[in-house]
Amino acid sequence: MSTAPSTEARSRGKSPAGERVADWADGRLGIYSLAKANMRKIFPDHWSFMLGEVCMYSFIIIILTGVYLTLFFHPSMNEVTYHGSYVPMQGQLMSEAYASTLDISFDIRGGLLIRQIHHWAALIFLAGMFVHMMRVFFTGAFRKPREVNWLFGFLLFVLGMFTGFTGYSLPDDLLSGTGVRFTQGAILSVPIVGTYISMFLFGGEFPGHDFVARFYSIHILLLPGIMLGLMVAHLILVFYHKHTQFAGPGKTNKNVVGMPLMPVYMAKAGGFFFLVFGVIAAIAGIVTINPIWGIGPYRPDQVGTGAQPDWYMGFAEGLVRAMPGWEVNFWGHTLVLGVFIPLVVFGLFLAVIALYPFIESWVTGDKREHHILDRPRNAPTRTAVGVAWITGYLITLIGGGNDIVATHFHLSINAVTWFVRIGFFLGPVLAFVVTKRICLGLQRRDKEKVLHGREAGIIKRLPHGEFIEVHEPLSQEQLHTLTAHEQYRPVEIGPTVDENGVERKPAVTEKLRAKMSNAYFGEDSQIPKPTVEEYKEITSGHGHH
Amino acid sequence: MKKLSARRRHPLAALVVLLLALACTGGLYAAFAPASKAQADETAQSLAIDEGKKLYAVGCASCHGTGGQGTTDGPSLVGVGAAAVDFQVGTGRMPAQQPGAQVPRKKVIYSQAEIDQLAAYIASLGAGPAVPTKEQYGPQGADIANGGALFRNNCAQCHNFTGKGGALTHGKYAPGLEGVDPKHIYEAMQTGPQNMPSFPDQTLSEQNKKDIIAYLNAVNGEDTESPGGLSLGGLGPVSEGLFAWLFGLGGLIVVAVWVAARTAKAKKS
Repeated sequence: MSTAPSTEARSRGKSPAGERVADWADGRLGIYSLAKANMRKIFPDHWSFMLGEVCMYSFIIIILTGVYLTLFFHPSMNEVTYHGSYVPMQGQLMSEAYASTLDISFDIRGGLLIRQIHHWAALIFLAGMFVHMMRVFFTGAFRKPREVNWLFGFLLFVLGMFTGFTGYSLPDDLLSGTGVRFTQGAILSVPIVGTYISMFLFGGEFPGHDFVARFYSIHILLLPGIMLGLMVAHLILVFYHKHTQFAGPGKTNKNVVGMPLMPVYMAKAGGFFFLVFGVIAAIAGIVTINPIWGIGPYRPDQVGTGAQPDWYMGFAEGLVRAMPGWEVNFWGHTLVLGVFIPLVVFGLFLAVIALYPFIESWVTGDKREHHILDRPRNAPTRTAVGVAWITGYLITLIGGGNDIVATHFHLSINAVTWFVRIGFFLGPVLAFVVTKRICLGLQRRDKEKVLHGREAGIIKRLPHGEFIEVHEPLSQEQLHTLTAHEQYRPVEIGPTVDENGVERKPAVTEKLRAKMSNAYFGEDSQIPKPTVEEYKEITSGHGHH
Repeated sequence: MKKLSARRRHPLAALVVLLLALACTGGLYAAFAPASKAQADETAQSLAIDEGKKLYAVGCASCHGTGGQGTTDGPSLVGVGAAAVDFQVGTGRMPAQQPGAQVPRKKVIYSQAEIDQLAAYIASLGAGPAVPTKEQYGPQGADIANGGALFRNNCAQCHNFTGKGGALTHGKYAPGLEGVDPKHIYEAMQTGPQNMPSFPDQTLSEQNKKDIIAYLNAVNGEDTESPGGLSLGGLGPVSEGLFAWLFGLGGLIVVAVWVAARTAKAKKS
């Protein structure tokens, strides 16, 4: 309207509403500098970098649906008679916790759907964390400077396991009650303090009247609170360290090649949140999870067969199921090794993977920062260790469902258990050897491709009758990507004689380190990547291909 | 009552009880003894026994012996009763296909009339539980909720919470109970086939058995609704975990690959 707006008029009130709001907020929160620094943050693009996002979004979904469930769930073990709308339970005595879960499932609008979203999202959250950790492990993304963030992630996984356990125990149904009893047995098997811990946790003899209320505060407050804090710290560190990237032309240890957070990643991540929510909600709408109404209320004198924990606790269950029932009695005390040893193995098994980054950095002695990811084949020993660990995990997981495996594959449950017992020790070794071989094979193929090019599938017949296959040389980008990785040399024990000619005895740790380093980077553990000279010699064209 | 119990050690008490018992049995016999009309039934019955014996000689005798006395390959059938025959043959378990950890349920090869004849023959070898009537296993007057409590107390430890079946040692198993005729469930409880303990009426009364059957029909029957959607076999966390991995996380990874493939690519100059 006005053809010549004065500067004053503009500052008075003609600026767009959004700008005014931003100005108002910036004056009080200082968001401008924060946004300026971070909005252009670059993230590299790869589908496997979105696994962490899957975890974060499913965690948010769990929190949202969990809040809804707390509005209707009664964390109480008072006995009530059920009068709700599920006929096969009418008139039965049950705890208020179980009754209110039945009400959520049958009498509260949207209750069953929300319950199912909550539970499915939990299973997917844990599976997502597992795969996210696998991605980080196999690409070596845990190396300096990200060791602490690896530990944060590991803690999130372990806390997620226990949050899940306390969560599915809340409905106080026969299945989860059996699981709580199992856990109490594991606690009791701890020498000296076990009995005390059990008494403190359950407020007396099992089951008592307290554990649902206590698990409730642990499940909705304590553990998720810690997890939320850890997740924020995890993300802050991702921002601070910047994201890792795969090797490629133009990608170095000192840059990040990708798209800016704003607007590309905001849009992508925002959209991806709704995709994750959509997939989980669709599953929850179609498929039942934990139908507690058919399982019945918990009573310590009842039990059902086919009682397993949710998948993330399955390997603990498997360890106990596979362990022979050893027991030592002395001076009036009983040491239940059949449960205690699996409990110890459970802790060690997890600790190994948590501490792996520190073990590897000790072996390599590498103190540099790494922002370029390894291809799994280029770190054969690490990859083999990871696959061996997963093999052990999967075999115990089979042990955790040994009865289901037995009935569905028409096997004897004893045979399955023996398979787990032997496989737990043999499987990881076999997996280690096989994986390492495969990695070395892939390295050889890479070398072949770099030196001789890609097999074109074109067969030529030469004038004298010989058939040859044409190999096409790779592009410069491909050559770079295939040879970008650096290869360590095995650490050697320093001179055993010092400058004065006095013999020095190398420390045990030094010897061990040299041995391990040799196992990691010795002749049998990596294929030397092609050198420039080799490449030049072959491609200089002496009629070779 | 007090007067009676005070005299229970009287020298003549035993005599009085004996007389009462005799009068009682005699009276009951007089009341329930088959009348002259039973003569016709008798012939029908003996005819069935004869036919059953022939069937038995062809299909069963090789393992259970020519007179049902049992051999090293099969147990004695004296006293197992008609209910056991009706269950074993009526669910196709007998005649067995091969020895093994457990004889599975399979296609029924005898008609119900033939099964009845076999049952009549086996019942004639020695007294045992009879085939239950429809009133005994039918749904009328059953308390479903009580049946559920009884099921969890007596059956769930082998057959799973809702009767999906479960593993036993060395390849044996408790079969799933979906699609099993209520009559056969009743007979199984009564006779305890294979690895199953028997639950005679003193242990689980007729009413209890009826309740359990009604409960199974409610949670595991043909028209049981699954309010949450697909039940994944009702096997609990194992199948749920598998589903979460394959379709939950698997689906999300597919979505992630799809999203990552659609990026705002800078135009190559």
